[in-house]
Amino acid sequence: MTLLGYRLPGMSSLIIWGLLWEVVGQSGLTFFIPPLSEVVATLFSVIGTDAFQKALAETAYAFCVGVLSAICIGIPTGILMGKNRLADELLLPWVNVFLSAPLTALVPVLMVLFGFGMRAIIITTTLFAIWIIILNARAGVKQINRSLVDMARSFGASPVDAFFKVYLWAALPEILGGIRIGIIRAVKGVIIGQLLISIVGFGALFELYAANFLMGHFWAVLIVLFALAFTISEILAYLERRVSYYAAKR
Amino acid sequence: MPQTSAAETSAVAEGDTTFEIAVSTRNISKNFGDVEALNDLSLEFPLGQLTSLLGPSGCGKTTLLKIIAGLLEPTSGEVEVNGQKVTGPGPDRAFVFQDFALLPWASVIRNVAFGLELRGVARSEREAVAESYIKQVGLAGFEHAYPHELSGGMRQRVGLARALAVDAEVLLMDEPFSAVDEQTRRKFQEDLLGLVQDQKKTFIFVTHSIEEAVYVSDQVAILLPRPSRVSEIIRPSSFRGKGVDNIRRDSEYLDIVDEIWASLRRYVE
Repeated sequence: MTLLGYRLPGMSSLIIWGLLWEVVGQSGLTFFIPPLSEVVATLFSVIGTDAFQKALAETAYAFCVGVLSAICIGIPTGILMGKNRLADELLLPWVNVFLSAPLTALVPVLMVLFGFGMRAIIITTTLFAIWIIILNARAGVKQINRSLVDMARSFGASPVDAFFKVYLWAALPEILGGIRIGIIRAVKGVIIGQLLISIVGFGALFELYAANFLMGHFWAVLIVLFALAFTISEILAYLERRVSYYAAKR
Repeated sequence: MPQTSAAETSAVAEGDTTFEIAVSTRNISKNFGDVEALNDLSLEFPLGQLTSLLGPSGCGKTTLLKIIAGLLEPTSGEVEVNGQKVTGPGPDRAFVFQDFALLPWASVIRNVAFGLELRGVARSEREAVAESYIKQVGLAGFEHAYPHELSGGMRQRVGLARALAVDAEVLLMDEPFSAVDEQTRRKFQEDLLGLVQDQKKTFIFVTHSIEEAVYVSDQVAILLPRPSRVSEIIRPSSFRGKGVDNIRRDSEYLDIVDEIWASLRRYVE
């Protein structure tokens, strides 16, 4: 975007929205929206607090464990489905159902099954991320060049070798695409899980702030979460572009 | 099986019964659903020679090659390699693919050594073997290049080196030169003649080019579609020893090319 002949850096439009927020906040229209300047000031004071650090650590832990298990279970399952007709027929309907299902509705069930703690949050995170990872791994394996499969077989690859030395690599660009979308979904999963279970991590913080009408704190934490999610997604998109660059040449 | 043509009878007269047979296919039939790809096909491939499978598209030549490779299972009939019945892919056969089938994420040397890697040969050993074959196919200096950095012809040289590196007795080549340009293809054909002489391997070569088949083959099997069958087997006799430069203007070479075209012409729409 250019303004009066000057090239504006990316996301300059955010300044306008920030100003609007400030104006609305200063006008005292509603207690719900404090001025942006106040939110930012709160943000810096909140980040240093033990409560915030603890919430961040707990969220990061749940997020990492959840994503890791989604990847470790999802990729092999997807590859199996892509290679094995029976597994595909058995699992595909479920994967498709869960992919589009409103998983939030499942969280109360998970709470009953796995308790009100970290475990339920981790499982929620995994459930948000895993289905798209499975589907993409499956699609990646299905598009593998027929003659590459024949090559592996004719040179005597064992199923294990074929998996680790050919299929996994050949499907890598699709698999990484699935992981990227899965991780973005996991960010939603870990927050939604915490909000509903609301005794650990940011869920507990939100509960605390909202109950005490600390709107400045509330917005500050929200901005941090949005920024984190956006940053993670951008980093992944960058990595994926790097891989696709090589993949396009296959 | 209908077997016709004067060329075939003259070739047989030279007494091909004395050849040792490396690969034989017996009464092979293959159906894909309702489609009959091969019907009761029997063919023998002499040891240390190059046999071409030539025919119009849809005659089942690639299907036959994949059955010999063990990549496809025949609906009925059997394949024997050195007297052993084929039940799947095996170390006695190596395959060269039409589209090269290289690992795009692996360097030339790893691609060439891949067959050995799958057999559990130690890294230093298999890379030494790979290096010598890379040199032999004329790619010295490209060991650490990646497939996308190479031209089509060079990629197929990698595919060829990979097949040679596993030291199989039988080399199966599925239209190996059809995806490279004309000049590269001619060079490949000349090199292939040298290879057949040096390597003492049995080559089975699928092609749809009449000139290519006659140029490189000790024996050309002509396959016809609907129903698929071997229509004739031609053994060029006189020009093989005349050197790569003289074959293309040898009168027997030209006669055979014409004759094959005459018999294939009516199958081409």
